[in-house]
Amino acid sequence: MADRRLLETWVSGTEEPDAMPTDEGAQEMGVQESGYRFREQLGAVVTDDYLYEEEVSEDERMIINMGPQHPSTHGVLRLQLELEGEMIKRCRPVIGYLHTGMEKTAETLTYMQGPTNVTRMDYLAPLHNELVYSLATEQLLEVEVPPRAAAIRVLMTELNRVSSHLVALATNGMDIGAISMMMYGFRERELILAFFEKTTGLRMNHNYIRPGGVAADLPPGWRKDVKQILKTIPKRLVQYDDLLKENPIWLARTQGVGVITAEECRAYSITGPILRATGVDWDLRKVFPYSGIGQYEFDVPVGAHGDVYDRYRVRVEEIIQSLRIIEQVADMMPSGDFRVSDRKVTPPPRARIDESMEALIHHFKIFTEGFRAPPGETYAAIESPRGELGCYLVSDGGGKPWRCHIRAPSFYNLQALPVMLAESMVADTIATIASLDPVMGDVDR
Amino acid sequence: MPENPVLEPVMERFPDARWGVSDRETLVDVDRYQLADLATACRDAGFEMCVDITAVDFYRKRRTRFQVVVNLLSHQHRQRLRITTGVPANDPVVPSLSSVYPGAGFPEREVYDLFGITFEGHPDLTRILMPDDWEGHPLRKDYSVGSVPVRFKDSPQVV
Repeated sequence: MADRRLLETWVSGTEEPDAMPTDEGAQEMGVQESGYRFREQLGAVVTDDYLYEEEVSEDERMIINMGPQHPSTHGVLRLQLELEGEMIKRCRPVIGYLHTGMEKTAETLTYMQGPTNVTRMDYLAPLHNELVYSLATEQLLEVEVPPRAAAIRVLMTELNRVSSHLVALATNGMDIGAISMMMYGFRERELILAFFEKTTGLRMNHNYIRPGGVAADLPPGWRKDVKQILKTIPKRLVQYDDLLKENPIWLARTQGVGVITAEECRAYSITGPILRATGVDWDLRKVFPYSGIGQYEFDVPVGAHGDVYDRYRVRVEEIIQSLRIIEQVADMMPSGDFRVSDRKVTPPPRARIDESMEALIHHFKIFTEGFRAPPGETYAAIESPRGELGCYLVSDGGGKPWRCHIRAPSFYNLQALPVMLAESMVADTIATIASLDPVMGDVDR
Repeated sequence: MPENPVLEPVMERFPDARWGVSDRETLVDVDRYQLADLATACRDAGFEMCVDITAVDFYRKRRTRFQVVVNLLSHQHRQRLRITTGVPANDPVVPSLSSVYPGAGFPEREVYDLFGITFEGHPDLTRILMPDDWEGHPLRKDYSVGSVPVRFKDSPQVV
């Protein structure tokens, strides 16, 4: 409790008190014995609640709800912002508006049906979700996929990373006001989605990567399509750089905004481009390689300042590196089968069912009760466009996972928001959320 | 005990914990009262990131019903560590790791929401995914998935 009389001197007096009261004086005229305090309690005098430490009165502090229905929150993210004028003092993300209980659903689906479920979590990077689920299942089964399946997986997930980052750039541009960037990003993504549709049958939610390999081989003429993508996107990236890289408005809106340090990232479990933008070269593709991605040459782009601009640059550079990987995969694509030949995991080809009794039994077993995974628990992790995407699977020996937990990068990255937004302007909220690139389907699952 | 120079001081401090190793990470199963101390020791040993916290409901499978799983990651040593701890159903309380790893805030809320396991010392232990007034904890195995009654054509009753 501040001494009121001292306060009056500070507020009303034009000059500072020339000497602080001594300890004896303070004891003598303590709050307890003060007649002023007594009259205040009786209600005879009214004290002004002016908080001189914060230089602002209580009624200038305002709590506003941003979202869940706000176009720049990328879905249904709700933020409670405590404002002082234009300045954000505190921020509390409220999530769960898109919770559909997918981890519960995963317990009722067989391992073969699982990718259908998890692909709907991070809907901008569905192939990564399928891949991590398949990797975890294969770790439980101790199955090794053939080299062609691994190469197709790398090809598809890296294309998916490009398309996801293009959306991130597009929405980032749109939120800050560069509407052209939105058009361009979605236009180039269309190229990749067309290739996905040709290969998997769907533009999103592919259910293409499955335990034991992939669902189908690459379509005839895939090399031409990939070459076309490899030819077009780098040229367009140059155009984006012309538009944004040194654009003074873009720089003013992104540099020094939403800053986070490497230590804060580690403390708050933040991974992916946000971590790399702070200067940490941590990429699971390099550190814990999966699906043979270690054999391809690529660099890990890092930033320096950990602000919105660096995250934007890291994403652009990652697109270039992913294209490098895609080019190598396309050149080195091994021949062979695209799924394991283990008939306990892979359904037999249609023609075999007419000839072989075992094939018929295996087919029936796989499509009714699924294959059984040996009891145990495992954790698989890959680098998704948003960070470390993990899958923790527990098997009790049955045909369905006992527990399937997805470590969703967007969910953890959202914890960075209160750190990034403290003491920043309201308008920067939009740029910061866009640079986090959260997918609410991934956050709420 | 597995050979691991990074975790050796931690292993010496917690000899009662069950240490193991898989081909991807070090595993340790610890008494739940030691969880916070062990996590602090691991953080000091270089495991600076708490990647994931989740739980498993071993309903009618194990004597201790729940298992809380903490995945730690070390950037400097490039290692993973998985801590598991058993939590009985009649007293589902675990010490919170949010003072050791601030990033444990969200996942602990998620585990509390979906499993009903309380994290002692968590600053803001509220529901995160389900609505605030929701009853029950959906990822428990005795929580049914639910169904919507469907009336088929020409069927006299709802099936």
